[in-house]
Amino acid sequence: MTEEVLQALLRALSFGTPLLLATLGGIINERAGVVNLGVEGMMAVGALAAFGLASGSGAWEWAVGLAALVGALAALVHGFVTLTLRANTYVSGLALSLLGLGVSGLLGKPYEGAFLFESAPELPFTLAAGGLAVLLWGFLFFTRPGLVLRSVGENPAAADALGIPVLAVRYLAVAFGGALAGVAGAFLSLAYQPAWTDGMTAGLGWIAVALVIFSGWHPLRAVLGAVFFGLLYYLQFRLQSQSQVPTELFAAMPYLLVVGVLALAGVRRSRGAAPAALGRSYQRGER
Amino acid sequence: MIRFEEDPHPRRLKLIGVYVAVLALAFVLAGGVFAAYGVGPWEAYRTLLEGTLGDSQGLAEVLRRTIPLLLIGSGLTLAFRVRFFNIGAEGQLLLGAVASGAVALFLPASALSLPLMFLAGAVAGGLWALPAAWLRARMDVNEILTTLMLNAVAGYLVIYLVGGPWRGEQVQGYTYTDAFPEAVWLPLLGQTLVHWPTLVLGVILAGVLQVLLTRTPLGYALRVVGESPRAARYAGMPISRVVLLTGLLSGGAAGLAGAGEVAGIHHRLLEPAQISIGYGFTAIIVAWLARGHPALVLLTAPLMGLILAGGDLLKISLNMPFRIIDVFSGLILLCLIAGESLSRYRVRWGT
Repeated sequence: MTEEVLQALLRALSFGTPLLLATLGGIINERAGVVNLGVEGMMAVGALAAFGLASGSGAWEWAVGLAALVGALAALVHGFVTLTLRANTYVSGLALSLLGLGVSGLLGKPYEGAFLFESAPELPFTLAAGGLAVLLWGFLFFTRPGLVLRSVGENPAAADALGIPVLAVRYLAVAFGGALAGVAGAFLSLAYQPAWTDGMTAGLGWIAVALVIFSGWHPLRAVLGAVFFGLLYYLQFRLQSQSQVPTELFAAMPYLLVVGVLALAGVRRSRGAAPAALGRSYQRGER
Repeated sequence: MIRFEEDPHPRRLKLIGVYVAVLALAFVLAGGVFAAYGVGPWEAYRTLLEGTLGDSQGLAEVLRRTIPLLLIGSGLTLAFRVRFFNIGAEGQLLLGAVASGAVALFLPASALSLPLMFLAGAVAGGLWALPAAWLRARMDVNEILTTLMLNAVAGYLVIYLVGGPWRGEQVQGYTYTDAFPEAVWLPLLGQTLVHWPTLVLGVILAGVLQVLLTRTPLGYALRVVGESPRAARYAGMPISRVVLLTGLLSGGAAGLAGAGEVAGIHHRLLEPAQISIGYGFTAIIVAWLARGHPALVLLTAPLMGLILAGGDLLKISLNMPFRIIDVFSGLILLCLIAGESLSRYRVRWGT
């Protein structure tokens, strides 16, 4: 029995790893005031880039690096459209998701169904994600650059008046978020199921978007959220064969939960820890 | 030094110019992706155009794809006008298909069946949008996230139904329902898959919503709430009710599209990906291009219908993955919103 619980927890951690990585990226994004709904797409291109490199050279460390780079580049598209051109953040993110899924599905066709002979180990990813959560917590709340980042998300006009380059900080935060989403994708295609199939991100990116809110924009609470949703995914597979409850209900559960979480966040009204300037573009001289 | 200056009322000619330019850019970029995939952009676009506009069967395919886009798109223009960003049309369409499927499968067929199917579809689609609209109106919960999540839930609901309780008795190993009785099949245009009654419905809906928006008190309230919530509040307009109604209307339009697809083409309920090839998402572009005018959807829906049908063609004749549609959609959407921002600015040279 205890063995079973332990097993469940381990699998939950594994399921939760990509969620945590992408969520941490989202937290940094949003702490700087930028919403990026493109996580799913960035994960998809990251997963493909990593798989492509790893299946050629075999070095998964390099593959992870490439995934981070590709994820960051994809995020910069969103940055340019929303930060410089000041277009609608939400539509841009949605478009990035479509585009990422589309491009990865198209360029990934030659790899469709292929698998890695040597998969990457899962543990380093999980440990790195957990460590990163602690690191980002320290960064956000106990360092000066962390304070700068938060001030840009809370009150860009004041930050600007203090001489902080608002746009540059936001670009950096967006790129960082994209890089982590890319790594989350790399975990999927290198370690979790060392293979490439179109659509293998399977909605995880969207869950990560919601987990950012669920965590109250707090890196440590993101760990709890990721493990919880990881457990939910585990149960979905575990109970598939031996339950009266339809598996589709379990599959739909994360999405229903997200709606529930959003509703609860709405009830609290105070809007919790949401950065005050979240999703708003900033231009000097405008209020 | 280049400077951007606000241009709150761009001239129509400039608007058209900007939109043509960004659409062209999207096609150039998509061409780049095709080239990376190993298909020459010229070959891809020639195939796309010749197989759709240059061929009567191809034209029919464009028209067939246009039908759901017309219905969903005109509903969404209304929603976008109120700044209710309903991204959930895909799920609302599926719920429309489910409800009309229930009428077709479980009620005795009669002359009333078809109207009842469309009615049920509209109600179900509208109701599926309602929680998101309610949360947005009452608690300021971001509707983009909620409608998106409800898309996934709707998808799983359909998968459950067609693989479980509603699975057909005559189908072996397949996940779909029995065929609807022939009495509820919509008539088609000749040898095509154009279910023309739904097409007529779409054209009428676009017209009606245009009149509603520009000629009625409700439409006035809708425009004010969208353009200036503060002014609406001062004027004592029932903002929540306007948002709820917009959710119902846009969801209902998507539900009608779902009813049309199953009654016109499939004649049964099947897997979500087979009912809709992303109509709900493509319709976002349709509505965005129409800039909040339901009647303009009569132009923009066929344009995106062309892209959907063209994507099908590329898939079949050039053996490309179905994701090319997402590439087109994503690029067009990105270029569109960038273009919209650009059109709101004037470029000034000098200091």
